Amino acid sequence: MEIMQIVIFSLLSTIIIVMLRAHRPEIAVQASLLAGIIIFALIITKLSPIFEFIKIYTSKTNINMQYLPVLIKIIGIAYITEFGAEVCRDAGENSIASKVEMAGKVLIAILAVPIITTLLELIIKIMP
Amino acid sequence: MDIDLIFRIAAIGILVSILNAVLKQSGRDELAMLTTLSGLVLVLLMVAKEIANLFNLLKTMFQF
Repeated sequence: MEIMQIVIFSLLSTIIIVMLRAHRPEIAVQASLLAGIIIFALIITKLSPIFEFIKIYTSKTNINMQYLPVLIKIIGIAYITEFGAEVCRDAGENSIASKVEMAGKVLIAILAVPIITTLLELIIKIMP
Repeated sequence: MDIDLIFRIAAIGILVSILNAVLKQSGRDELAMLTTLSGLVLVLLMVAKEIANLFNLLKTMFQF
């Protein structure tokens, strides 16, 4: 049972971080960052069968395969942005967190441009 | 499962706290500041390695 492992790990690290935060807040921030990285590394490798599944069904339907990597890349950017912003917010730096989120949104918008372009082309073609 | 990394960070934090208290009691504030800084840098080195691992994992997973 992987979820038991993760819950026990997170409980232990939470206890340790709360203990550290009273005396050394700067080290507590880094410990919580490390706990997040470890949990993420443990669970992210389980995601590849799901991507394979999505790829198989995309190739079965007639969707252009070049959009799938863009989609997966957008998911990655969204996750990593959230991760960085949450670490900043935990440390009390709300302004930096919101700037990180804005940067993530801009990068996602840039990646989504080709998809939006094809959608707009389609709409223009349909319009009389 | 790398729980020992968290334990190591906790140990560094507690050690730095104790050293800080002792040095402050004996009136060496500049040395206490130096211990705090070195503890922070030590933990930062450990965390930086893990962040590099995380980014490599993300690159392979999300095909950047």
